[in-house]
Amino acid sequence: MNGLAFDIAHLLAGSLVLVSLLELYQDRLYALLNIYALHAVVLAASVAWQAFVQDAPHLYITAAIALIFKATVIPVALHRIIVRLGIHREIEKVVGVGITMLAGMALVALAMVVMLRVTREADPLAREDLAFALSVVLLGLLMMVTRRNAVSQVVGFMSLENGLVLAATGAKGMPLVVEISVAFSILIAFIVIGIFLFRIRERFDTVDVQILSDFRGERQ
Amino acid sequence: MTFNALAGVLGIPALAAALFAALPNYRIAARSNIAATGLTLLCSMSLFFAKPPPGAYFLVDDLNGTFIVLTSFVGFTTSIFSASYIGHELEVGRLTPPFVRFYHAMYQVLMFAMNLALIANNIGLMWVAIELATLTTVMMVGIYRTHEALEAAWKYFILGSVGIALALFGTILVYMAARPVIGEGLDAMVWSVLVTRAGAFDPALLDVAFVFLLLGYGTKIGLAPLHAWLQDAHAEGPTPISAVLSGLLLNVALYALLRFKMLLAVNPAAIAPGPLMVTLGLVSLVFAAFMLYRRRDIKRMFAYSSIEHMGIITFAFGMGGPLANFAGLLHMTMHSLTKSAIFFAVGHVAQVKGTQRIADMGGLTETHPVLGWTLILGVIAIAGLPPLGIFTSEFLVVSSTFARAPALALVLVFGMLVGFAALFLRLNSIAFGEARGPSEKAKASYLPMFAHLGLVLIAGVYLPPALVGWFETVAKLLG
Repeated sequence: MNGLAFDIAHLLAGSLVLVSLLELYQDRLYALLNIYALHAVVLAASVAWQAFVQDAPHLYITAAIALIFKATVIPVALHRIIVRLGIHREIEKVVGVGITMLAGMALVALAMVVMLRVTREADPLAREDLAFALSVVLLGLLMMVTRRNAVSQVVGFMSLENGLVLAATGAKGMPLVVEISVAFSILIAFIVIGIFLFRIRERFDTVDVQILSDFRGERQ
Repeated sequence: MTFNALAGVLGIPALAAALFAALPNYRIAARSNIAATGLTLLCSMSLFFAKPPPGAYFLVDDLNGTFIVLTSFVGFTTSIFSASYIGHELEVGRLTPPFVRFYHAMYQVLMFAMNLALIANNIGLMWVAIELATLTTVMMVGIYRTHEALEAAWKYFILGSVGIALALFGTILVYMAARPVIGEGLDAMVWSVLVTRAGAFDPALLDVAFVFLLLGYGTKIGLAPLHAWLQDAHAEGPTPISAVLSGLLLNVALYALLRFKMLLAVNPAAIAPGPLMVTLGLVSLVFAAFMLYRRRDIKRMFAYSSIEHMGIITFAFGMGGPLANFAGLLHMTMHSLTKSAIFFAVGHVAQVKGTQRIADMGGLTETHPVLGWTLILGVIAIAGLPPLGIFTSEFLVVSSTFARAPALALVLVFGMLVGFAALFLRLNSIAFGEARGPSEKAKASYLPMFAHLGLVLIAGVYLPPALVGWFETVAKLLG
């Protein structure tokens, strides 16, 4: 039982990293949103499995939040925003796909090396989970760095948060307060972003952050 | 009685926020804003006399007592300044009444979030509070809805969230380190429990956790090279928010970092957090000192000065030991008071001149003598000239460093001198020289600036023994 439980948890967390890598090279916003929805579904499955293995029913709530809110509500809402803003074309990229993917793989390797080395004494399940979670966090960061479009930066931020939820659920018995607050903070963050997107749309007719930086206060 | 004080510090801002969200009249809102922050200040001061016992969620000791009183005090004086500042913004039409309503509600939410972060005994709760404070300030920075304000808010939001995400990862790692020793559940996130048992934690895990916490909360402190949001957010938001950001929110993030530093200090096998903080502090100091040159925007210039001073403070706490910690605490207090006073003056100056460009505001002592001379006094204070309080604290930082690491002290002094020269170069063209721009009388509230600068002056001349004794206890606590 224990071996199987570990294998499934391993599989799900590993899939999350894989989906993160998939996100990296999506060059259309629609495709990116679909992959993000998949990301959230995998997270929900992973969290639900942790809830089952750890016998911690409160984690099912976190899984449900991931499934309903992150995998459904947010992608649908972002779809609508994209349509309303008329930006369902390609994503501009700062660095090429090849380099981004290589950097992504390097980050995953880094996460493995760092986390597996320092957590030798932790139980194997938490240990693997933490290493994968750090990979997802770093990949999310990478995505935020390489994208210019505000919507894809937001997606990068949300997958980063998914990595944090994975880490929090992997840490056995971490108080519920934190998980709920993580989910809640995403909600707040999302509202903020929504407001921002609309304001930016109102003023500039574009959500390309690159154009925003042309208005830097120093360049007068 | 003791419980009431805690409830007051948190409850008054929370209630006031709800009230202001529903209150359409800005005059009444501005006055009640002053009243609410004043009451919060009274409650926070009462924490001195009766400390509530530590619980699972809240803790009051000498360390956060210092921070809470400072936060409430500057929050109170800023609300007085804000009343006249916002009144002017309404008059010239930069803000509309619905935005002002939103502004007052957010101001109280921010006070609530900062107090919660300071009082929290649970490291998860502390993280939530700092995140709340970040989101609140993001919304306030974007309130003018100009191109620049939106860009600043967006940048702040993105960088702030990344920082806060890294800090959460660090927090989770601390829990992972604590779990085998303390056991599962709430206790493993309670700081006062953690600090008694941290000696038995896995040192490697604690090391990694601290690196994440340093990067995460360091972004919020504004340490270079993680500072990119800071100057934009200061320059484009309303000036009362610049004052609160510089004077308070940076301190709150620093406080969070100090709590974790204390945790690591208990574990002999973990890395010493000091050298990391010293490095980041020095990098910030020197970098910001050079960036002070060639600033065209007055608020942006003082934002860089904040990075410089947060660098000095982080450096002092990184050095550790009773004397350096004492100097760091004193410097933090003096910097909060002085920098917010400067922003009060700058806010009014920018309003009467109708611009934030340094080139367009020459001859201030001629057109607006009181504002001009207050600003000069503020810059003298922030540059670290005697007899003001920052001189005392910078002198203590430098002299304690010279005794232990002369090489570091040289870098420190170099950075301070570079910053000093830059500030005076700019001050010369702002305060003296040919009078430019409109010269009609300012409807300013001078009381907050005078109160802050007066306190800084008194501290520079005479530090009351009670204050010294209190800071010494806190410095010992910090290890």
